[in-house]
Amino acid sequence: MTRIVADPTRCVGAGQCVLTDPATFDQDSTHGTVILLRDDLPDEALATARQALHLCPGHALSLLR
Amino acid sequence: MSVVLPLARTCPFAPPAEHLRLQETEPVAWVTLPTGEQVWALSRIDDVRTMLTDPRFSADRTHPGFPHLAPGRRAMAGALKRMMVSMDPPEHGRARGAVMGEFTARRMAALRPRIQQVVDERIDALVAGPRPADLVRALSLPVPSLVICHLLGVPYADHEFFQRSTEALLRQSTPPQERQAALAGLYTYLGELIARKAGEPGDDLLSRQLAEAADPQDVVSLAMLLLIAGHETTANMISLGVMMLLEHPEQLAVIREDPGKTPPAVEELLRYFTIGEYSLSRVAVGDVELGGKLIRAGEGVVVLSNAANRDPAAFTDGDRFDVERGARHHIAFGFGAHQCLGQNLARLELQIVLDTLFRRIPGLRLAAPVDELPFKDDANVYGLYELPVTWPAP
Repeated sequence: MTRIVADPTRCVGAGQCVLTDPATFDQDSTHGTVILLRDDLPDEALATARQALHLCPGHALSLLR
Repeated sequence: MSVVLPLARTCPFAPPAEHLRLQETEPVAWVTLPTGEQVWALSRIDDVRTMLTDPRFSADRTHPGFPHLAPGRRAMAGALKRMMVSMDPPEHGRARGAVMGEFTARRMAALRPRIQQVVDERIDALVAGPRPADLVRALSLPVPSLVICHLLGVPYADHEFFQRSTEALLRQSTPPQERQAALAGLYTYLGELIARKAGEPGDDLLSRQLAEAADPQDVVSLAMLLLIAGHETTANMISLGVMMLLEHPEQLAVIREDPGKTPPAVEELLRYFTIGEYSLSRVAVGDVELGGKLIRAGEGVVVLSNAANRDPAAFTDGDRFDVERGARHHIAFGFGAHQCLGQNLARLELQIVLDTLFRRIPGLRLAAPVDELPFKDDANVYGLYELPVTWPAP
C-alpha cells in the first residue's frame, strides 16, 4: 500500500486527476477542489496515481511510501 | 542582436522550423519578437512546466516587461486587468476559486445531454441545407457559442443575437468598425443580462456568482472571459479535428469503430495542433535560473508550446499524428495555476461533435484540397477561417 496526499490549497480545479482515476479522485461540488476517495492505494493503482501526480497543474498531489 | 523569432506557421502540420531548431540547440533562448521586443523563448516541455509553476513568473499583462506579440496588444492589456488570466496569487486564487466549482469534471459530464442536443440541431440544419457547406459557420462556431449561452443562462430568445455577435467577432471578413460594434454590443448585452439576473436569479453560473455577492462588473468580465476563452478555441479545434480526421481515414476508422477511442483522439488533436500556441507568456518578477540561463526580473518569457508538445523527451515520434497515442501530458491547455478551467468542457464538446458528425454523415468529405484551405496563420489562436465540406445526396 502507498499513501496518497492531496493539498486542496494548491489545487486549481483542472480536474485532471478525476479524468485519470475516478476511483481515487473526486472534486468538491462547491469549490471544485480535489477530494480523495481513498488514502491508501493498492499496488495496481500506483501507476495511474503517478500519472495523476505528473498531470496535476497545481502540484497538489504527493505519494508517501 | 538576437535571432528574430518567426511566429506565424507556414505549415498547418508542423511548428516553424526555427522553433524546432531552438528546441534542439538553445531551449532557453534570448530572441527578438517581430515587435522588436527581446524576450526569452522556451521550447522544452520540462522547462515550460517548471516556469509555469514558479511564482517568480507573473501573468500580469500590464507589467511593462510582459511580452506582447503584436503591436497594439500592449495598449489593450488594461482591458484584461479584471480578468483572471492576468492575475497572480493571491488575487488569482480567489478569482479562480470562486468559479472552480462550476467546471468540475462531474458538472461538465452532466452537460452532455444539452451539448448533444445542440450538436444534433446544428447537424440537422447542416444536412437540410445546400452542399457544399462551410462547416465553420454551420457547426464549429455555433456549437461552443450555444454551449456558452447555456452555461451563462442566456435566454433562448437571445441566442440568435449572441451567436451573430460572437460570430462577427471571429469572422475574418468582418470590417474593423463592425467588429468593434459587435464587441460593444456584447458588453452592453452582458451588462443588461447580469443586471436582470441580479433581480431574477436563474439556475446558471452568472446568477450564482451574483448570489455570492460578486461585483456585477467582475461578473461581466468573467462572462466575457469565458466567451473569449471558450468560443474561438473550441471552434478552431472542431474545424481542425474534422479536417485532420477526414485527411486520415484510417485513423477516423479507429474512432468510428469504437467511440471509446474518441477521448484519446481528441487529446492527440489538442497536442498536435496546440492552437493557443503563444498564450503562455509570462514576465519574471525575480531572478530565476532556468536551463542554465539567468532570467532577470523584468524580462519577458514566451513559450513555443507547439514545439514543446512535440518535445522528443516527452513524446515519442511527436511529429506523427496518432489517435491512439493516449498522451495527456501535453500543454495545449497550459500548465500551472492558470491551466484552462474549461478544459473538460472543451474535451466533451469535441468528443460529442466528432462522434455525432461522422455517425450522422458517414460520407462527409472535404470540398477543397487541404493546401487551399484558409488556415489562420495570422491569428492569435490557430485554426481555419472556412472549411468547405460536402457529402453524397441522401
